[in-house]
Amino acid sequence: MTELTNLTVAQIRDGHRAGDFSAVEVAEAFNANVAGAKALNAFIVETPDHALAAAKQADADRSAGSLKPLSGVPIGMKDLFATNGVQTTAASHMLEGFVPRYESTVSAKLWDAGCGMLGKLNLDQFAMGSSNETSYFGNVISPWKRNDGGNAALAPGGSSGGSSAAIAARLCPAATGTDTGGSIRQPAAFVGISGIKPTYGRCSRWGIVAFASSLDQAGPMARDVRDCAIMLENMAGFDPKDATSLDLPVPNWEAALSSDLKGKKVGIPKEYRLEGIDPEIDAMWDAGIAMLKDAGAEVVEISLPHTKYALPTYYIIAPAEASSNLARYDGVRYGLRDLPQGAGLQDMYAATRADGFGPEVKRRIMIGTYVLSAGFYDAYYTQAQKVRTLIARDFDNAFAHCDVILAPTAPSAAFGLGEKTADPLSMYLNDVFAVPASLAGLPAMSVPAALNREGLPLGLQIIGKAFDEQGVLNAGLAIEERAGFTARAEKWW
Amino acid sequence: MAIDQATVRKIASLARIAISDAEATAMEGELNGILGWVEQLGEVDVTGVEPMTAVIPNKLRLRDDVVDADPLTGGNRRDDVLANAPAPQHGFFGVPKVIE
Repeated sequence: MTELTNLTVAQIRDGHRAGDFSAVEVAEAFNANVAGAKALNAFIVETPDHALAAAKQADADRSAGSLKPLSGVPIGMKDLFATNGVQTTAASHMLEGFVPRYESTVSAKLWDAGCGMLGKLNLDQFAMGSSNETSYFGNVISPWKRNDGGNAALAPGGSSGGSSAAIAARLCPAATGTDTGGSIRQPAAFVGISGIKPTYGRCSRWGIVAFASSLDQAGPMARDVRDCAIMLENMAGFDPKDATSLDLPVPNWEAALSSDLKGKKVGIPKEYRLEGIDPEIDAMWDAGIAMLKDAGAEVVEISLPHTKYALPTYYIIAPAEASSNLARYDGVRYGLRDLPQGAGLQDMYAATRADGFGPEVKRRIMIGTYVLSAGFYDAYYTQAQKVRTLIARDFDNAFAHCDVILAPTAPSAAFGLGEKTADPLSMYLNDVFAVPASLAGLPAMSVPAALNREGLPLGLQIIGKAFDEQGVLNAGLAIEERAGFTARAEKWW
Repeated sequence: MAIDQATVRKIASLARIAISDAEATAMEGELNGILGWVEQLGEVDVTGVEPMTAVIPNKLRLRDDVVDADPLTGGNRRDDVLANAPAPQHGFFGVPKVIE
């Protein structure tokens, strides 16, 4: 029999339904993989009992003929989602020991659908980072190694780096991620898996530790496009508890998957051809264009003229919102309190926040505070909001000429841990292709497309019109079928 | 516009984050690097452009104006609310003395 941990979400769901194996067998197999992969540091908390309990329920439901959509499927939960009774930290010292008394909407939907939880996945602290090097609980190590014979530890991407590493290493078949400026897509690309950020508002933000509320959006990460569609169907949906939740029915994305792109137009944004970029990235992009043509699509050049301003816009808006959102961590109501001897309230706030936030989080709070402060608000924040309008307008104009947009996910393959930590700006630049779709609230996904000369995965990104996750998934499927990406990291952990 | 040590300290104070001299020095360079880079936005012509506040057009909903409209976020949840408080006292959040 195939090793259970090599099965996809769809295969586990269907195999369990058909009686090929029990859900308990599946949960035990993944629990064992999780327990044996401490070297990757992908989990902050492991919850084998949660996975087993859900599995027992799934087996009982099968006997009773009352199977749920994801009965028998264990998943990983990014530690940014509040989970009732299970520590939720956002990978911060500030929330170390925080045990929510409620469940996030997205995780609640997944448990209702029959999923079990293997554990809470590591991430960049408060989801701020692109390499998972800002976690208070240590770096996540990518399961991938370069093929140069060296042993350099590579970044799994960020901020959903625990999610990406765990899926690539077969510790879970799928996981939740969140994407504020590429945090699902870039880590998916770095480890050769798929991930989709849906239209802003598809998945409820209720119970997700807030970073930048106008950008934050949850989505699934998994090994293939079908699994992303299945997971997203069970994560999305209107939630009255989130003021920005979309009040729209959830389409049956899995059933409507089709890689036949006849009659579809694929836009290639000329501004994404960056000077000095690794030629392997451009070559992969060209190969992707050929794949979509082969699937029947017509390819057209489009222009997104404000592309170069997307990153600086993001690095004003996201820190501004973060500085406001993270004001709640004051040492009074929950989380860390640092009360120096004889200190008053103000000193307690300052000491608590100095102790509880890591350097990158402090940096972003400081930037955000500055751009929102009196005298600078209009020059920085209002200006960035206006440029954001122009960036969204670019996409509106482009989508008059095409149905989806194809671009690389990231400007490089996975880099080594420590290679970019000295210079925050060089780290930010890794999200150059991911951030524009976030600013415009558009659905976008990454699918694995190729290995580079170092033997590391590269991802292609598909950006769609608002609400058209189906178009994104279908184009992703067309690439998946043609790229035939089957490479996986050799086990060393 | 370059920011100096005094500005770094002012921002830290506004953000309620205690910083050491060494951190202030390091942060001065980093913040100047980032702010210098984002200043390129100034060159974009935004005449007549509205600032974006909601990325997907959405109408703000109002919940029913009743007590406990949502049992999860409504009233009578004191023990849940205090469960993670660092220093709860007598059913309240405890804070250091603010009046001498």
